[in-house]
Amino acid sequence: MAASTHPIFEYALALGDDALVLGQRIAEWCSNGPYLEEDIALSNVALDYIGRARMLLSYAGEAEGQGRNEDQLAFTRDCRDFRNLLIYELPRGDFGFTMARQLAVDAFEVPFFEALTRSSDRTLAGIAGKALKESRYHLRHSSGWVIRLGAGTDESHRRMQDGLDQVWGYTPELFQMDAAEAALAESGVAVDRAELRQQWESTLDEVLKQATLGRPADDWQIDGGRRGVHTEHLGHLLSELQFMQRAYPGLEW
Amino acid sequence: MSRNQSQKLPLFEIFVRSKRGLDHKHVGSLHAEDHEMALQHARDVYTRRSEGVSIWVVKSSDIVASQEGDEDAFYDPMDDKPYRHATFYEVPDEVKHM
Repeated sequence: MAASTHPIFEYALALGDDALVLGQRIAEWCSNGPYLEEDIALSNVALDYIGRARMLLSYAGEAEGQGRNEDQLAFTRDCRDFRNLLIYELPRGDFGFTMARQLAVDAFEVPFFEALTRSSDRTLAGIAGKALKESRYHLRHSSGWVIRLGAGTDESHRRMQDGLDQVWGYTPELFQMDAAEAALAESGVAVDRAELRQQWESTLDEVLKQATLGRPADDWQIDGGRRGVHTEHLGHLLSELQFMQRAYPGLEW
Repeated sequence: MSRNQSQKLPLFEIFVRSKRGLDHKHVGSLHAEDHEMALQHARDVYTRRSEGVSIWVVKSSDIVASQEGDEDAFYDPMDDKPYRHATFYEVPDEVKHM
């Protein structure tokens, strides 16, 4: 993307993509949940993320000032133009993986949105206020499951630990700041992600202790999402997400 | 929905208070592993369209219900005691939810 783009556009777009991509991933559980009540619970979480994506992408379009709206941003960009972190795009895996990823993300998003409510940008602060309430609930939901499954049967413990191990290397990216984001943090608009690491770790350690799960070793990590360098999974996700607008451009209903 | 796992989870009865000042009302039942999970599921299943301000969950197996066969002994003796009904009072308009 051109260096001349608006920094608020980039920031709102990145956060919007995080929400859009994870919303789509969790929505894959709709009608595939382990049982009816949890199916509804997960669909609810997915809708929270889609709602967030709408607000953030609309705002990104506004900041950009090129007349692109939320739908055009969501449905007509290709993989390389997506700015979401990799952890948000990973396939949903089994229920254990979904909950491991969700715990990692929720434990991050609670302090992140808490901090963003103090942004000097009033629109972002407003969106953060709404997202914070949702994320507090999501964290309650995911940590409950991680504890229940971790401290459950041998199989649920094993699958919960596997999920955690698989997602672990994608978590450092949550705390990475690029130059543009650092500049926005300097001016009071963006949140300094690096500062949230300690709180994130203590939330996780507390849950993992109750779940009798081990914290995986920090011996590998993958990043690239903010630069548009994605896993092979994002393209497949977008092909489903964007099919309708690609096949029938401008379609409305 | 996969398999029949929900049949192995205990059943809970859900009561929702729709706004302050009103009683909790039975709205339905759902499956959950424990009370905390039942509370979360109830929030998602029964209050996602802003239907509530408070939720109670009760294990269905903890509810003791009267039996249909007891109807005669339980209720019939009340039929001929009209003096027990407070029909002489007029309820003022300001009193709602009576």
